[in-house]
Amino acid sequence: MTQTFYLLRNQAVPDIDRIEVYEANQGYQALRKALKEYEPKALVEMVKASGLRGRGGAGFPTGMKWSFLPDDGRPRYLVVNSDEAEPGTFKDRELIEKNPHLLIEGMIISSYATGAREAYIYCRGEFLFGSEQLKRAVAEAYQRGYLGENILDSGFSLDIKVYRGAGAYICGEESALLESLEGKRGNPRLKPPFPAVAGLYGMPTVVNNVETICNLPPLVENGPEWYRSMGTEKSPGLKIMSVSGHVNRPGNYEIPLATPLRALIEEYAGGVKGGRQVKAVIPGGSSVPVMTKDQLDTPLDYESILAAGSMLGSGGCIVIDDQTCMVAVSARLLKFYREESCGKCTPCREGTFWMTDVLERMEAGEGTPHDLDLIRDMADNIAGKCFCPLGDAALGVVVSAMKYFPDEFEAHVTEHTCPMGARLYDTVNH
Amino acid sequence: MKPEWELWAQEAKAEFPKANSALLPLLHRIQSQEHYLSEDTIRDVAVLLKLPVPYVESVASFYSLYYKNPVGKRIIHVCMGLSCALNGSDELMHHLEGKLGIQEGQTTPDGEVSLLEAECLAACNLAPVAQVNLRFVGPVTEDTADQLLTGEVKS
Repeated sequence: MTQTFYLLRNQAVPDIDRIEVYEANQGYQALRKALKEYEPKALVEMVKASGLRGRGGAGFPTGMKWSFLPDDGRPRYLVVNSDEAEPGTFKDRELIEKNPHLLIEGMIISSYATGAREAYIYCRGEFLFGSEQLKRAVAEAYQRGYLGENILDSGFSLDIKVYRGAGAYICGEESALLESLEGKRGNPRLKPPFPAVAGLYGMPTVVNNVETICNLPPLVENGPEWYRSMGTEKSPGLKIMSVSGHVNRPGNYEIPLATPLRALIEEYAGGVKGGRQVKAVIPGGSSVPVMTKDQLDTPLDYESILAAGSMLGSGGCIVIDDQTCMVAVSARLLKFYREESCGKCTPCREGTFWMTDVLERMEAGEGTPHDLDLIRDMADNIAGKCFCPLGDAALGVVVSAMKYFPDEFEAHVTEHTCPMGARLYDTVNH
Repeated sequence: MKPEWELWAQEAKAEFPKANSALLPLLHRIQSQEHYLSEDTIRDVAVLLKLPVPYVESVASFYSLYYKNPVGKRIIHVCMGLSCALNGSDELMHHLEGKLGIQEGQTTPDGEVSLLEAECLAACNLAPVAQVNLRFVGPVTEDTADQLLTGEVKS
């Protein structure tokens, strides 16, 4: 196992969240290099050449996203999405809590590259400590001349503001995030226009995930060839995988892309707890289909995971052991989407509500064989018919779990009991 | 309306002058003082930011961290996300319900403690995880659960 540390580097250094300690550990050197040695366009080209893809979940090429900004003289904004709330994902929280200056340095480089003079960090409301860390770090960066007017005598000026949400998963969807940042309900916007053309305050806007932006300092230091020396042709570079569930060492692990799933679970995360076996893995956050124990040798890159029927997504890897009931897992996740549906469109609002209801009644032993058809029918009426991706996201686990573990679902409605002999949780209250 | 709210509104507008971006920060700040957003408070905020009352109401009601009813001084959020559920969050919730003599979603009669469900708190490495007044505590075992009830918390 080769553990690399670029994104999670210095996490163990005491007080790395303080600017003097960050500086003493090569902090802000990449920014100096970027401002001194690169024209903004050359930086965009570097990001394109590196093949860096958005780490929030969609995996869209970052350099291409940046190049969509129209060159029409209007002010541009960079907005960093720190509304991390996808079950199983906790990398951005660790990045901002422990090493906030890495994000800020990355944001200054990214703003310089894209021509933004104002940048925002949208931090989810529950990240009180994270938002405090960011506010303090931003203030330190102003004091040292990394923010404000004429940064390091480069002629480039930038302001960064930290904005705290107030509890809504949907605000992680970029257009809902922008609505929230404008002081509205976090309902998603119709696309197009995309944020690159009409984003924050109607202006051209780049919305990037925290981890994506944290790639910029090491990328500028080491160059795109270095980045491409890891991973695959289409999925180059590094990814932070958040591993949780039934593992001995839950945590964030930085891997070169295409590391096998088995190595992540067994070597990095210490294997399944209690000597039990893997039953299923949700590799990329709760919105992606499950993988089974037969697929553990799949390399963790976007294409390989897709070929295996799932998605790398946000890298939130939830490991489920062989004593867990997949109906209970599905019910718990559907409840999450029911709670977090913004209610704007009917298939998502009603679909997640009724699917949760049916799954919970099956788990409680009160289901009927007809319920299985009902779930398939509801899934069919949600898939591709919602205003934003949340509805489809709700289906990933339940549809795949029914495919891979049909006997388990059948048994719940024919024997009115859980074949696992144990419930994941008590459904009585819910 | 408290006298300082006018200044707070000006500060929020100065930091976020465009659109209605000052609204969420101002609601946060006032709620941290008032513990919840009463109908009167919503009306005051609307006046301060020159917004229609129903607009402020519709925004405040969208977000789960704005409370429209009184809550306890100590708000315990137990994460009910899948990773936490796999690690015993439901047992933890039941344990706390028993200790406090209330159900999830309720506040103790003395107004001290509210016990609430949270959707995934993005701290699955600390499962089962909870927040006390939005400060993370985890992993919480049955032995350390009492810390949620009595341990020192920052506001």
